Amino acid sequence: MSKPKSLFEKVWERHIVEEEGADKPAVLYIDLHLVHEVTSPQAFSELDARGLKVRRPDRTFATLDHSIPTLAPDADGNRPYVTAQAKKQVETLEANAAKNGLRLFGYDAENRGVVHVIGPEMGLTQPGFTVVCGDSHTSTHGAFGCIAFGIGTSEVGHVLATQCLAQRKPKTMRINITGALQPGVTGKDVALTVINTLGFSGGTGFALEYAGPVIEALDMEGRMTVCNLSIEAGARCGMIAPDQKTVEWLRGREYVPQGAAFDEAAAQWLTLKSDDGAVFDKEITIDGSAIEPMATWGTSPDQGAPIVKGVPVAANEDEERALKYMGFTGGEAREVEKVDVVFIGSCTNGRMADLRAAAAIMKGRKVAPGVRALIVPGSEWVRVEAEKEGLHQIFLEAGAEWRLPGCSMCIAMNGDFVLPGQLAVSTSNRNFEGRQGPGSRTVLASPATAAASAIAGHVADPRQFMQLESA
Amino acid sequence: MSNQEPVNSFSSRIVVLPEANIDTDQIIPARFLTTTTKAGLGKVAFNDWRYNADGSNKPHILNEIDPTEHRVLVAGNNLGCGSSREHAPWALMDYGFKAVISTEIADIFKSNSLKNGLLPVVVSPEIHDKLTQNPQQRVTIDLESCTLTLEDGTTVTFQVEAFARQCLLEGVDAMGWLLKRLPEIEAYEQTNNKAA
Repeated sequence: MSKPKSLFEKVWERHIVEEEGADKPAVLYIDLHLVHEVTSPQAFSELDARGLKVRRPDRTFATLDHSIPTLAPDADGNRPYVTAQAKKQVETLEANAAKNGLRLFGYDAENRGVVHVIGPEMGLTQPGFTVVCGDSHTSTHGAFGCIAFGIGTSEVGHVLATQCLAQRKPKTMRINITGALQPGVTGKDVALTVINTLGFSGGTGFALEYAGPVIEALDMEGRMTVCNLSIEAGARCGMIAPDQKTVEWLRGREYVPQGAAFDEAAAQWLTLKSDDGAVFDKEITIDGSAIEPMATWGTSPDQGAPIVKGVPVAANEDEERALKYMGFTGGEAREVEKVDVVFIGSCTNGRMADLRAAAAIMKGRKVAPGVRALIVPGSEWVRVEAEKEGLHQIFLEAGAEWRLPGCSMCIAMNGDFVLPGQLAVSTSNRNFEGRQGPGSRTVLASPATAAASAIAGHVADPRQFMQLESA
Repeated sequence: MSNQEPVNSFSSRIVVLPEANIDTDQIIPARFLTTTTKAGLGKVAFNDWRYNADGSNKPHILNEIDPTEHRVLVAGNNLGCGSSREHAPWALMDYGFKAVISTEIADIFKSNSLKNGLLPVVVSPEIHDKLTQNPQQRVTIDLESCTLTLEDGTTVTFQVEAFARQCLLEGVDAMGWLLKRLPEIEAYEQTNNKAA
């Protein structure tokens, strides 16, 4: 009888070109390489310097997302880039893609969008794949049972040149989330609870597997949000075993096998799960029934708490420093936090399910006076679908801005940013000092909470608005 | 840079940034990532800690020291967390650092640092305390023996992944190492039905 294996081990073993040894890492094969404008130019330069071309253009896909404007071009077609350098960076990727025969989802593509939104959306991401990108939130694709992780620019060059990476096998950790989520609690709240439980570096050195009834009950968008935030606990990747929900979500998408071939592939995908008795280096359990809508109060994503519990009192110097930066004293209720900006979007929460959740709260209501609400769809596909459903009208009537897809205010390098001292409630992934602009203060939360905070004008538990609707 | 200069032994004064969880957004804010080269990022290393919005200096230790004298950054726990931007080690190296020391160093930042010849050194809390309590001290780092020697003579060993260490010591080029495996990679693709 063969030794029981974890999901991670099964996928890892299928991608070993050369085994790891004491003095050398494994050579790991990469099925899908996603590329964007920010972390790739120096890697393409490295290939040029060596006289190399991209080895597998058929496994390499590029998009524009980080430094592109989310405002429409002017009448002459000029795009409002934040700087000439941002424009040059986009043009550099366009030139590198053309030179190497890569498919680039550029401005004219109906599929352009945030790299971790479009990969799954087009079915480029498939269960059992290894997926890399020069972006730490590549862990998102783990929601489909992929080993998916972020790499630096040197490694982007390695994959472009060889379709492989030199890698050591990480340790494994399973996170079991038991029970059932209360109404109004979302994947984002699960993720913020997991990070809060593990700590900001609690996942360092580990590949995570999320399991249990709460994960099984989440929709694919919720699972992507959970896996997306794995890096915020320091983990290299996070993954979830594919199930029938995964299969149905992928069926018919552009790059997955079609017809009978799809069903064959799906049967194979469904075997990708941890065997009974699989051993993990670490295993933890979280009571999913106890999870409540979360909001961060500090300057790292693990510094979060249920909204109803208010801001905690600092327990150490680091927390004191974080509270000071945020302008909180500790011990106060979240309602006293006046919000200046609400940002709904990003690779964490820029999908249709996220926009629907935000729209359900905003419908028929108005953004509070003095609050700037920015809604940025994760992709062109999301933008078009949302407009078909009329979600953009709900946002616009509420007083929010409706933008073109991109990373936008999550990373604040395209001209969309939060002003110094302003407080933003954001559905993105990082509340670091200055992440959304120099001096900006960020509270991370779910789309429902962000929408509720936009309406209330302060950090707000979204359930009060949900109850109003059912009354 | 295709081939790294070999790294071995060096001595230098340290500079201490005591904060825990220094993320790569602090090391180099995202608005500086629109560059298409690696050069010159040292001037924006820790930009928002070092400069006011008008570009004038804030009182910060990194504006006060001579970077050629302080080649070792000692930082609080979980250094380099967050974004995978390799611009972070590029900026630190361009500033002048050759090594970073912490009680924990984030995975991707560590990997990126090793690929550029910035040596990540993880030490125990006790050794970290000895470093921060004497923040002017000179230390010696020897990659051959994987040892860190403090000014008081305390010597400890640290771990460096064996292949990364070999690359640094011998100037081995990691991309070249992978390129030598193209026959095995092609064989894998054939066997696994992954050929183009």
